[in-house]
Amino acid sequence: MNTEVEATSVSTAIDVEASAEHAFRVFTEGIGSWWNPDHHILEGELAEMVFEPRVGGHLIDRATDGSECRWGRVLAYDPPHRVCFSWDITPRWTVEPDPGKASEVEVTFTPVGAGRTRVVLTHRHLDRHGDGWEGMRDSVGSGWSLTRYAEVATRR
Amino acid sequence: MTNHGAVLTALADPTRRAIFERLALEPRAVGELAAELPVSRPAVSQHLKVLKAAGLVSDHAAGTRRVYAVDPEGLAALRQYFEQFWRQSLAAFQAAAHQPPEEER
Repeated sequence: MNTEVEATSVSTAIDVEASAEHAFRVFTEGIGSWWNPDHHILEGELAEMVFEPRVGGHLIDRATDGSECRWGRVLAYDPPHRVCFSWDITPRWTVEPDPGKASEVEVTFTPVGAGRTRVVLTHRHLDRHGDGWEGMRDSVGSGWSLTRYAEVATRR
Repeated sequence: MTNHGAVLTALADPTRRAIFERLALEPRAVGELAAELPVSRPAVSQHLKVLKAAGLVSDHAAGTRRVYAVDPEGLAALRQYFEQFWRQSLAAFQAAAHQPPEEER
């Protein structure tokens, strides 16, 4: 697994011992089997995650109380090669209603030998969230930092 | 639970999110936050304690007041955040993908 960082995107690759078809299915339909259940922005408790398998579909979190959150739009759906969806979540962890401020996640599945698939995930256009972050930075000035937030967030 | 979880938990509470968002606009003292929100001053203090423990806000003395603030460093932090986020998520995905397909079980 390696992670590469560019100016406005993040890219991570991982190999799985599975066919592209299987890897694609687990990533999309099976998203609820691997997504960290703490990572949702519902008010209530997460009951299930739905990945609607078509362009124009949504990524939906459903809560135990029946409420739901549509936090992504399926932009490309090309099994078992490629899927792309929008990331409609603001830096403050609320749903981003403005598609122009959403970033995008693209995932490709490439066979690299018998029963082995390379999965490359690129989260791009992170700068589209930029207004929020830069506005926050400009209004706050220096001192405490989100770098620390990231450090804390990533500390185990 | 990881601190990553603590960050998300801290921001999962609507009142804490409201406090965080107000601090994102402008640093404020406890009293100012309590005046703007339908929450008591002790409750605001408690919420700030959680946000501070999660590393989301910091405080500093300004004269006789204690002022709370957030100070994002922009895109670099966002990239760092997502880099880690996706690394962990893809590791979990890999483990799930290694489970055999249902028809083969």
